[in-house]
Amino acid sequence: MLLWIAGFIILLVKLTIVLGVVLFLAGYLVWVERKFLARLQVRLGPNRAGPFGLLQPLADIVKMLTKEDTVPDGADRAFFLLAPAVVALTALLMFSVVPFGKDITVLGQRVPLVITDLNIGLLFVFAMSSLSVYGVALGGWASNNKYGLLGGIRGAAQMISYELALGLSLVPIVMLAHSFSIVDIVGAQQKYPFILYQPLAFLIFVISAMAESKRIPFDLPEAENELVAGYHTEYSGMRFGLFFLGEYVHMMVFGGLLAVLFLGGWRGPFLPPVVWLLIKIFLVALFMIWVRGTLPRLRYDQLMTLGWKVLIPLALINILVTGAVGLM
Amino acid sequence: MTLYGILFYLISAAVIGATAIAITRKNLMHAVVYLIVSFFGTAMLFYLFGAPLLAAFEVIIYAGAIMVLFLFVVMMIREEPSGESVFPATQWVPAAFFCLIYVFVAAAMAVQTPGLNAPLKMLTASPIQFAVHVFEYHWFSIEVVSLLLLVALIGALNLGAGKSAHCGQDGEEEK
Repeated sequence: MLLWIAGFIILLVKLTIVLGVVLFLAGYLVWVERKFLARLQVRLGPNRAGPFGLLQPLADIVKMLTKEDTVPDGADRAFFLLAPAVVALTALLMFSVVPFGKDITVLGQRVPLVITDLNIGLLFVFAMSSLSVYGVALGGWASNNKYGLLGGIRGAAQMISYELALGLSLVPIVMLAHSFSIVDIVGAQQKYPFILYQPLAFLIFVISAMAESKRIPFDLPEAENELVAGYHTEYSGMRFGLFFLGEYVHMMVFGGLLAVLFLGGWRGPFLPPVVWLLIKIFLVALFMIWVRGTLPRLRYDQLMTLGWKVLIPLALINILVTGAVGLM
Repeated sequence: MTLYGILFYLISAAVIGATAIAITRKNLMHAVVYLIVSFFGTAMLFYLFGAPLLAAFEVIIYAGAIMVLFLFVVMMIREEPSGESVFPATQWVPAAFFCLIYVFVAAAMAVQTPGLNAPLKMLTASPIQFAVHVFEYHWFSIEVVSLLLLVALIGALNLGAGKSAHCGQDGEEEK
């Protein structure tokens, strides 16, 4: 019983730390994005709140919390209120299977540095990412707004299309690691990170994960010049903020997954494991912001062609080749 | 009753409740969402029974892929709920008949099966054990099912190809 309570307390502590760090970093990722994007466009970016605009995220949160929480007249109230929470919740839950380091020992008890080491960890991530579609689709539908509806439909179509490529690109990783558990996948990269064995899978994963997170060049569900703001047109205040929290946490989850699945996870010389993982996540986020500042938005038919006719066949061929090499 | 027993009955009640609400909703969108809740509950039951792989697949395939297609279609048609009953008698009478038969069979099975009260051992099937079992003992059914799916895929491709000749490509090849 005492052991059980101790385990419960350790779990609570881990949950609190991870949630706090992830929310804090998501807030400052917005700042990094605005600053970096501004530099790419020869602007200064936020520079009024605090030194270098460092207090800007706090100012934004205060602004969003104090704004009126409006619900349109014709909206489906319950769905409208719940949809942003679905987006933010599924993005946060994905972090629960990402390992941050080797097991450590606290008071003679082994504490794994991961919230839960599911033996189906990778599939759990997919399950959560497939559920986040509902936030977008239901939010767009429940607003009772044509732009919202169109954005929701686009979002649903885009996310289920790219989810296939995303899933198929990771099958070779599971074949190499012989496990769905993300802790085991990191363990299998002791010598070389998987990016060296599976460059094609890495490429497919990066492209389809960017499409899943609905950022430029894949931001058709919220394309400003045709759909106002797409599925979140009618949202205001913190509910609008929750959609964005979901997007930025999704960016970090993507960075974390990329680090864990292809770049060796928390492994690296000299620095402690957690720092290495954070560095990798940060570099991936910087890369995504750079892409946003560089590429124009895809046309809808280009988006579908890329997903169905290029990425999925490539991923299938990659699985076949990996299987053949594995049998030899 | 153990903690697992309590959880089992709670989740089962939620699943049955959500499904009952789903089939009585006039608003199709609400029906779809309640059905998703029901699938989610089923996934939790699988997890409770020590089959995490099945639970994950239930969420990914049923709640995450098939229901998205339902949602997609419902969003496209946007039907206003009408005041009349949704189904004509020719549709619901046969359905109710088969439902009754099923209830009788299930009740008979529950009464007849020996060892219903025997406690189950706590076991968890790892993905590897599950896969080895399925492909060792049920490989024939798997092959039959995959052949069926292949036929359905070719059929869908054929339908889609016939349509796109008239109205151009619009990426409607989801399923």
